[in-house]
Amino acid sequence: MLKKRVIPCLDVKDGCVVKGVRFQNLRQLDEPGSLAEKYMEEGADELVFLDISASSERRTTQMEWVRAVADRIFIPFTVGGGIDSVKTAKEIISLGADKISLNTRALEDPNLIRECALLLGNQAVVLAVDAKMTGEGRWEAYAGGGTVPTGRNAIEWIEEGCSLGAGEVLLTSIDRDGTDSGYDLKLIEAARNAVSVPIIASGGAGKLQHFVEALKAGADAVLAASVFHFGIYNIAEAKDALAEAGFPIRRTW
Amino acid sequence: MIGVIDYGAGNIGNVMRALAALKMPAEVLKKPKDERKPLSLLILPGVGSFPAAYRHLKEAGWTDFLKEYRDAGGAILGICLGMQMLCEGSFEEGYTPGLGFIPGEVVRLEAKPWPHIGWNELRWRKDRAAEFDAKPFEGADVYFVHGYCLLESQACIATTKLGEKSFVSAVKWGPIMGFQFHPERSGKLGLALFKSAVLSLKGGKGK
Repeated sequence: MLKKRVIPCLDVKDGCVVKGVRFQNLRQLDEPGSLAEKYMEEGADELVFLDISASSERRTTQMEWVRAVADRIFIPFTVGGGIDSVKTAKEIISLGADKISLNTRALEDPNLIRECALLLGNQAVVLAVDAKMTGEGRWEAYAGGGTVPTGRNAIEWIEEGCSLGAGEVLLTSIDRDGTDSGYDLKLIEAARNAVSVPIIASGGAGKLQHFVEALKAGADAVLAASVFHFGIYNIAEAKDALAEAGFPIRRTW
Repeated sequence: MIGVIDYGAGNIGNVMRALAALKMPAEVLKKPKDERKPLSLLILPGVGSFPAAYRHLKEAGWTDFLKEYRDAGGAILGICLGMQMLCEGSFEEGYTPGLGFIPGEVVRLEAKPWPHIGWNELRWRKDRAAEFDAKPFEGADVYFVHGYCLLESQACIATTKLGEKSFVSAVKWGPIMGFQFHPERSGKLGLALFKSAVLSLKGGKGK
């Protein structure tokens, strides 16, 4: 049976893993390769790296650390942040990443999703959506690492991105990110009803029960950063909670 | 020497990294006729669509080389699309004949979610246990990324289920072996399985 995934997210700034609250007050943690290896050993099913400084500073992802990560882990990983062309996307894949994730640049030029999917395959293209609630059952997609409102309805954007070829959605609630108050379950449900590709729930994980809730709301994978980085829970505890709730989980590695 | 075929449509970097981590010396082969040490095993990786990848393989002269190599009893390990190209043909985007080293034809995996991406488990066929010592890998979860597959084959040694649909996840046919999953992306257990497969194909003694 296909397993539900637990995915630690590593936000990278200037080649270092950082973590903030609601995209602010960044704290420096460690170099990406070491943390990646630690999470692989603990049983992470996959890793996501987001270069959060990239888009706002208008430069492409710095490549060196991607290779360093690929040299150390043997599980799939995604790289996002500042990917502004098919060329950059292909370069990141050729350095050893399994998928690339598009956000700001795809909002500016949706055709980038199609071009990347045609060259690399749908399975290699993740659409990252930072969504902020604007009313009951309504969310707006934000660009620039959660700083720039786009005026676009987040759910409609997800539908469009998938029809252009995105093979997976990394869905982050800006309101919940870093707050430990649980995922935005209504946002997950709305996205689940809109598209059939796998959905990675992100933003707000604080308790083990939050992971269970996200899968019940329709997510295929749960992503978290602080709870894992700060050792509040380890991967095994998250997986135990999911298994106890009856979800299929990878138990040996 | 282990040779990893680079025909321009495979992500060989991670296969090379996995072999390096397993301390198994290997070389990237860009052309069939380059001078090299005698080959103990050829690894055929692959990503993308069958017709495009097979065209690359053929244009680079690899299909003729592989047929001669196979006829001489050479060992081959195909990974993902590499395994599919070892089969008789594929119905991905029309029909394209394959190398024909493994019985069976590749068809669309009619199951949801599609494509099949993620960790899923291997069920080894007991009646073919003599082909490969799979005991350490019973029920192992490995990483899949594919939309097409073999539904059945005389060469099948392991199956995997997506929803209610069962498909062939590993094949062995004489000195030819194939994995539909990515052992090089399947963590430590995947690496151990990769090593075990390579050693068995090289003669079982790690020569």
